Amino acid sequence: MTAKPLNGAQVLIECLKREGVDTIFGYPGGNVIPIFDAILDSDIKLVLTRHEQGATHAADGYARVTGKTGVVLVTSGPGATNTLTGIYTAYMDSIPLVVITGQTICPVLGTDAFQESDISGMSFATVKHSYLVKNSGDLPRIVKEAFYIAHSGRQGPVLIDLPKDISAGACVANFVDSLDLPGYKIPGRAEEDHIEQAVITIKKSKKPLILAGHGAAMSGASRAVKELAEKLGAPVSSTLLGLGTFPASHELSLGMTGMHGTVAANKAIHECDLLISIGARFDDRITAKLSEFAKQCDVIHIDIDKAEYGKIITPRHFLHGDAKMILEQLLPLVEKLDSADWLKTIESWKNKYPLSYPKHGGLRVQHVAQMLYEVTNGKAIVVTDVGQHQLWTAQFFKCDYPGQLLTSGGAGTMGFGFPASIGAALGNKTGFPVCAVLGDGGFQMTLCELATAHIHKLPIKIFVMDNRFLGMVRQWQDMFWEKRYSGVSLEGNPDFVKLAKAYGIEAFYISRNADAKRTIEKAMEFNEGPVLIHCDCEQEDNVFPMIPPGASVDDILIEPPKEVIEKPTGGT
Amino acid sequence: MFPAHSISILVSNKPGALVRIALVFSRRGYNIDSLVVSPTIDTSVSRMNIVAHGNPEILAQIIQQLEKLVDVIQAKDHTRQNVVSKELVLLKIRCKAEERAELLQICNHFKAHTVDMTEVSMIVQLTGSSEKIDSMVSLCKKFEIVEFVRTGKIIMMRGENKT
Repeated sequence: MTAKPLNGAQVLIECLKREGVDTIFGYPGGNVIPIFDAILDSDIKLVLTRHEQGATHAADGYARVTGKTGVVLVTSGPGATNTLTGIYTAYMDSIPLVVITGQTICPVLGTDAFQESDISGMSFATVKHSYLVKNSGDLPRIVKEAFYIAHSGRQGPVLIDLPKDISAGACVANFVDSLDLPGYKIPGRAEEDHIEQAVITIKKSKKPLILAGHGAAMSGASRAVKELAEKLGAPVSSTLLGLGTFPASHELSLGMTGMHGTVAANKAIHECDLLISIGARFDDRITAKLSEFAKQCDVIHIDIDKAEYGKIITPRHFLHGDAKMILEQLLPLVEKLDSADWLKTIESWKNKYPLSYPKHGGLRVQHVAQMLYEVTNGKAIVVTDVGQHQLWTAQFFKCDYPGQLLTSGGAGTMGFGFPASIGAALGNKTGFPVCAVLGDGGFQMTLCELATAHIHKLPIKIFVMDNRFLGMVRQWQDMFWEKRYSGVSLEGNPDFVKLAKAYGIEAFYISRNADAKRTIEKAMEFNEGPVLIHCDCEQEDNVFPMIPPGASVDDILIEPPKEVIEKPTGGT
Repeated sequence: MFPAHSISILVSNKPGALVRIALVFSRRGYNIDSLVVSPTIDTSVSRMNIVAHGNPEILAQIIQQLEKLVDVIQAKDHTRQNVVSKELVLLKIRCKAEERAELLQICNHFKAHTVDMTEVSMIVQLTGSSEKIDSMVSLCKKFEIVEFVRTGKIIMMRGENKT
């Protein structure tokens, strides 16, 4: 400690440094000026986004690509409320964030002071935990706990609301290493007898299937999943967020399962006699009609979150703990299964129902995704927004590495992709290029971050898939609502090339499948900063396969239906 | 009507803990019938006793989601367990002098106490099981009940078992 006491903001920055923070995504305002001032004297990199929502998505992308906790710093009131969508997005996908919001001074809390918002009250339902700092002496412990909670167990966002009198006032707190969290336990290995019982079930299986979810990737269980699959002779399907956990190019890979997953993956879940789910939570996008889901098989559900037990389905065995540790417990106890016939059946499905798309007509997103895969040789980090292009990218960009596909899965947040790609580009240490594959709708929600990407010279390849429609909603209206298009036309889209150039960003335009490969190659060679590729796409293309919501795998649509289908009964 | 459940929670004394707990119930469609928050011997920890009703299958979920909260140290469902379960009720009853004898007879039967008495009214205090309180209140309905305050249920496991 120096002779002059530190203020709360300086103590906060010191705490962040002790947590290994090197980058903060933020946007200033009156109630965080002391903190922005303290950043100047540190070596922490401040990334000024153009909107607080962008800051949270960027921190989210940074966290997904680095495995570290993303840090956001915004002001009180509207600055804080603008982070809510980003916090919710991170919460739904279990992404570690620490979001620090400024707050009005303690004496006027609760009086509707200027730019006061009860952000902890508003965010309770969508944070892993939150703090309102009322005593500066608590600051070091709170920061320590926030990072610990965000990044352990089932990870998630933690909010710290910091009144300005605390950040500006003297703070004589001692830095701490201790935590005061008697109710917080981090699951590790599963109980031995649960493992033994699960092994008995595994050994009986002739038609095993592994479902790799986001939790498998997050626990670093990728290699263990591969070992288990190869040792058992079990095929592997993935959730959207689990893609890449198991290599798509592996012969045992079935690709993505669920609403827009492969026919083989969906049929396999329907007909397997054993489903080993690793870090997946049986989202309705995965299960389709619940009463028909995995009904012929024993389910082994591996999850770090005990509250997932029985939430959607009641498994035969629930193995509570860290996916990697549990797989390491299982691996020495299991042996090759008699699954040769099952693998033959699976192979026949894969051959009979490959993913495909029409080759005629205008530029297709599927084709761009496939060319992106070919040009990069599959070695790229792909960040998507939400909608048709998201699913097409998941289908046609085959991921061989965990953490390769960054996408808003649980929340389905439009506007996520582009700012998340900025965070990913800042944190990227893989040597792979960062490619943002975006729809024209989602991109326009957060395109103000073009300035952020430009100023930091981030070599992001920004693909704007422009079909002048909100394509996924249009697809539903097309298929289930008698083609009564309502509120889905995006006529009035800007000239995206001119838009990029207005920000000083290089841009290309393509409208023919034949031009896609060459233009992508050109974009890959340009690394002076971001480059935008305006893809003028086929307007009314639909994503297949599709299991209509509320339907089962028997109703899977492989191509456009000939007749009008009944309105779906499931959720959106 | 779904059955009521008695839930006991130990929670760290941190701001917002009550809101977080209440949100778990409301989100899964559970109605809280009564809620008692009180200090424990350890000043950093509070005890919550919650009586709530809703779909029994959801309750296991709720307990798990409560345990997941950072501030919750433990959450247990004590429904149909061997517990001591008590409530306290205060009843203010309009009661003229000529009606007093009958009311006092009822009080005597239930071992209730009179804790306030005026020319026209009486406050009666009764401690006991929810069922006992229900039956006394039911008998008192022939008088005019002016005010009625019930603490909500508190429970404790019998014998060596911990709540």
